[in-house]
Amino acid sequence: MKRSRFLSLLLLGAGGLGAWLSSDLLPNASAADPAPKPAPAPPKEVEILNVSYDPTRELWKALDEKFAAKYAQKTGTKVTVKQSHGGSSSQARAVIDGLEADVVTLATAIDTDAIAKKGLIKDGWLDRLPNHSLPYTSTVVFVVRKGNPKGVKDWRDLIKPGVEVITPNPKTSGNGYLSFFSAWGSVVLRGGSRDDAVKYVTELYKHVPVLDSGARGSTTTFAQKQIGDVQLAWENEARLELKESKGALEIVYPEISIRAEPHVAVVDGNVDRKGTRAVAEAFLKYTYTDEAQEVIAANFYRPTNEGVLKKHAADFPAIRLFNITEIAKDILDAHKQLIGDGGVFDSIYKPKS
Amino acid sequence: MANVNRRVLPGFSLTLGYTLFYLSILVLLPIIAVFLKAGSLSFPQFWAAVWTERARAAYLLTFGTSLAAAVINLLLGSLIAWVLVRYPFPGRRFIDSLVDMPLALPTAVGGLVYASLYVKTGWIGRWLEPFGIQAAYSRLGIVLVLVFVGLPFVVRTVQPVLEEFDPESEEASASLGATRWQTFSQVILPALYPALITGFALAFARSIGEYGSVVFISGNMPFKTEIAPILIVARLEEFAYGEATAIAVVLLVISFTLLVSINLLESWSRRHAS
Repeated sequence: MKRSRFLSLLLLGAGGLGAWLSSDLLPNASAADPAPKPAPAPPKEVEILNVSYDPTRELWKALDEKFAAKYAQKTGTKVTVKQSHGGSSSQARAVIDGLEADVVTLATAIDTDAIAKKGLIKDGWLDRLPNHSLPYTSTVVFVVRKGNPKGVKDWRDLIKPGVEVITPNPKTSGNGYLSFFSAWGSVVLRGGSRDDAVKYVTELYKHVPVLDSGARGSTTTFAQKQIGDVQLAWENEARLELKESKGALEIVYPEISIRAEPHVAVVDGNVDRKGTRAVAEAFLKYTYTDEAQEVIAANFYRPTNEGVLKKHAADFPAIRLFNITEIAKDILDAHKQLIGDGGVFDSIYKPKS
Repeated sequence: MANVNRRVLPGFSLTLGYTLFYLSILVLLPIIAVFLKAGSLSFPQFWAAVWTERARAAYLLTFGTSLAAAVINLLLGSLIAWVLVRYPFPGRRFIDSLVDMPLALPTAVGGLVYASLYVKTGWIGRWLEPFGIQAAYSRLGIVLVLVFVGLPFVVRTVQPVLEEFDPESEEASASLGATRWQTFSQVILPALYPALITGFALAFARSIGEYGSVVFISGNMPFKTEIAPILIVARLEEFAYGEATAIAVVLLVISFTLLVSINLLESWSRRHAS
């Protein structure tokens, strides 16, 4: 019968769909341990998950492969590093809500700290790896149109009449608040008072015609839709944008900018349960080796190894990079004072202004 | 007469049980969770989170633009449904399936495309620019994308009713001497009221929750083009779950009240239609 055939096809389809949907419910069903407890012999295969933020896809893909090769050579264990990318703070929320990350490599300490506060990362994580757990840093730079028609050279040029600035919403985007901190620091670290800084950022955000919700949106607005004269962007993203633009854009380095600190950390709560601590730690330590630092430089992030950074000095102009601690107690404090509810950013926008 | 009680699905209590169970798991439970989370705030905290000047401006914008979009969809959608049902023309099936596209397309893509069409340099925006109409990064832009995402709802609720509607009653009305307008307003429209109201309510509700497409075309300027869901995301960014859900609760309560009143209106119009 036609109908019964249709019905059985439907059932078959539903069954297949169900099987597919449930196939990722069992953690690592295919991987190492069919028998649960007898653990002493080192496993032949280990899979770890690195939860990171959006623009690091290429970087970590390269690092993962190189690390896997190195690790197999040294220990005989085959490691697969899986990657998860997304907005930094939504990634942090996913880990808090149970995404089984072995390591997190997020954009700012605010996000890593939120995970630590839930007890998943032990106190003192910042000092467990070299350089405050920073294998690489970055900064905020200006992207301008070819020939820099508005003659933008530094932060003070952004508030000149007729200059439009594209930067994401500091409330919803990590890039957004880092740019804000950078603008703030450009005033208070060059002799300006707090009032001067408030005045400057108030004026600056009057020059922002669109507050995209994230960095990706800003890049589309600036590069594709041709809105604005200057885009505030992370150095590595600016370099990629430049490559894509085929000569239509240029980068301008301001005299001073913030040091962006995308910390890395082992998620203690998860690795201890999964028994992956050794691999996870080896993985993060690997990112400090010369080999990994070269990969980092090739992906336009600033290596924290002085030697490697010097080698690539031409790629990374030595402007004054200030630490968040120069403008606040730490990044959480800066965020609370400047961006958080009732902070400086809130005072910029008045109803019907 | 004996088989009045025979139903297609066995066991009234069984099917009712299933219905309630699924509704609870899929809809009720998450909503309760939202209310519980918001309940973790004290009342002053809750109030401070949901009733700032900025939040009020955002609610007004969200509900205002959603309402405008739903009204436009009501008119445009019923027109499209009418054309699709009454006039056979080549390519009708293609256009018919086009109507569902907004449901399948990731709304972020819709928002991005609309934004690039309507910016000053865009294909459509450049023609509006001389008239001083700024479609992208304005309220108008928000309404445009909301019309886009809400379109299928009115068309798809009105279409089947129109298909069932017998053209003979129009002819009867005409032969009794009614003008075209009288036929439309007194014969056709009353039969459509329930479907129109449902479609309107669905399009309206869909717009209130819309985030993905709006953020790309609104520009997100506080007090001007910042919709309420943006505030929720902003609070999540600070890991302030309580405050974020508090705003969600306000949106839910207002939407729920509106939807209930629309439903009442619908059943009222049903009673008056028969």
